Amino acid sequence: MKKQLLAVLLLVVPVLALASSENVHLDKANIDPTNKESLQRGARTFVNYCMGCHSAKYERYNRLARDLHISEEQVMQNLMFSGEKIGDHMDIAMQPSDAKNWFGAPPPDLTLVARVRGVNWLYTYLRSFYRDDSRPFGVNNQVFHNVGMPNVLWQLQGIQEPTYETVTDEDGHEHKVLEGIELKDAGEQSPAEFDRTVRDLVNFLAYMGEPIKQQRMALGVKVLLFLLVFFVVAYLLKKEYWKDVH
Amino acid sequence: MGMLVSLRDWIDARFPLTKMWEEHLSKYYAPKNFNFWYFFGSLALLVLVIQIITGIFLTMNYKPDATQAFASVEYIMRDVDWGWLIRYMHSTGASAFFIVVYLHMFRGLLYGSYKGPRELIWLFGMMIYLALMAEAFFGYLLPWGQMSYWGAQVIVSLFGAIPGIGDSLSLWIRGDYVISDVTLNRFFALHVIAVPLVLLVLVVMHILALHEVGSNNPDGVEIKKNKDENGIPKDGIPFHPYYTVKDIVGVVVFLMFFSFVIFFVPEGGGFFLESPNFQPADPLKTPPHIAPVWYFTPYYAMLRAITFDIGPMSSKFLGVIVMGAAVVILFFLPWLDRSPVKSIRYRGPIYKIMLGLFVAAFVMLGYLGTQAPTDTKTMFAQLGTAVYFAFFLLMPIYSKIDPTKPVPERVTGGH
Repeated sequence: MKKQLLAVLLLVVPVLALASSENVHLDKANIDPTNKESLQRGARTFVNYCMGCHSAKYERYNRLARDLHISEEQVMQNLMFSGEKIGDHMDIAMQPSDAKNWFGAPPPDLTLVARVRGVNWLYTYLRSFYRDDSRPFGVNNQVFHNVGMPNVLWQLQGIQEPTYETVTDEDGHEHKVLEGIELKDAGEQSPAEFDRTVRDLVNFLAYMGEPIKQQRMALGVKVLLFLLVFFVVAYLLKKEYWKDVH
Repeated sequence: MGMLVSLRDWIDARFPLTKMWEEHLSKYYAPKNFNFWYFFGSLALLVLVIQIITGIFLTMNYKPDATQAFASVEYIMRDVDWGWLIRYMHSTGASAFFIVVYLHMFRGLLYGSYKGPRELIWLFGMMIYLALMAEAFFGYLLPWGQMSYWGAQVIVSLFGAIPGIGDSLSLWIRGDYVISDVTLNRFFALHVIAVPLVLLVLVVMHILALHEVGSNNPDGVEIKKNKDENGIPKDGIPFHPYYTVKDIVGVVVFLMFFSFVIFFVPEGGGFFLESPNFQPADPLKTPPHIAPVWYFTPYYAMLRAITFDIGPMSSKFLGVIVMGAAVVILFFLPWLDRSPVKSIRYRGPIYKIMLGLFVAAFVMLGYLGTQAPTDTKTMFAQLGTAVYFAFFLLMPIYSKIDPTKPVPERVTGGH
């Protein structure tokens, strides 16, 4: 059996080695889903900067209040601006048809975006806008090339400029290739502060993707502990019955 | 107590309750030497029950409507009490079903459980496998995510490769020119009524056939050949209580793995719930990389491995043929195996090597099916496909010439 297993492994390994990631380097988001203050700050950033164009139409305001440990009054005063009810979904007024005209594609709903893209992608993406005058909104993105979205956090972050390097390809042609981006004009926040803002925002997006996640894991621990006890009982029962089988 | 006994007698006079209990549990004699691999049959039954019960509760809030399906799943995940748990149990259950069934089938390959007189058990089992694939395929469309939509689009369009009738056949399956609300409605009907009914009937037939001939065992010895004076197999023990208490242990261990996934990694690393499926279906936006769920990927890899035309037959059509043949060939296993012994314990080295290669090929194909094709990967997929078919097609030869060891009269080892 062991030899067969080894053979299987040896045959599979070279193929697994082929699995290479072609993606750009992603920074670690290092979010802390148990940090309610971080989630609350993220919610504020989301409502103020994202919800102009992006809905979160599967999340309800009162669910957000409950899960983020803030009162419904606080949510109504600080996070709701256009007369919604506390039980409403976090929807927006912008029509998809208008949005399509304005941005090329309607801005996607963000309730589940963290489950689609992953937190590291979001954290890197939101910090990777750089100035590109050829684009309609004057910015491009290192992670999502030619994205239709403007850099809505530019006031906080400042303006990043690209740096290019010249690469000669096989045919001897020279190309300008994006090498990196660097902050030129500082924004309202220092780079460290801005990273924290984005981390909080990504933390909130991750929460919204699956509001039940923390309770799910807490319950999981109890379920597994119960099964462990059940296992001992079941095993002893089996041993007792099987004593007379020879 | 006296009342219960008289109730039982009252029922027994009208319905074979005690008779069935004895035939299938308390007086069904199973070999005493079942090992690890014999847990997966009862576990498959457990997963079937989990899927049916969670499925019933999901239908109470799910809406089979292209404009509402995706949102109704999120409604279940967020607003329905315990909806998230029921949904994760169902989505994890789908993958668990295939894991358990693949291990159950592998057990059959290890110990020759498909060989005479158990050919029909194998055939019913294969029909269950087919029904399960249909069930999973129809069910995967229901969340109406991007991968649901485009996966179904790709699979249904495969029927279009059949010459002559292909296009009208895929049109007939979809009920529309693309996957649409019509398709969603009929897939829902098939997923919650038609296929589960077929599955249940097949499972009953699978178990009836098994209990008619009796279970095989890791030695491949027929325990019915050695009976005591009461007509009870000497190596047999009553299924109940011996294997019921043993299977409870298996169930608890299984539930530990199952719960671990549900509570800690419900996405199964992107294999059980694929991340593009958290985006609603968009008929105008094809995802950059479409792959079926992991349990179909070995066959998907074989489909894509055929990259060449032969005469008038296109590579796509040949791929579909190869994919279909890969499933159909499993049905013929009992008649391809010419070995005089059942169990791998008494077979020679050739079968062991072939089985090892077969498993390696299947796992490798499964991996390749999840990946975007490259030249190297396609080459590996072609190699895997060749090994997969060689295992079956060469079996009549190698199983016959493979040296065997003498099979003991009685089962070996304790429990």
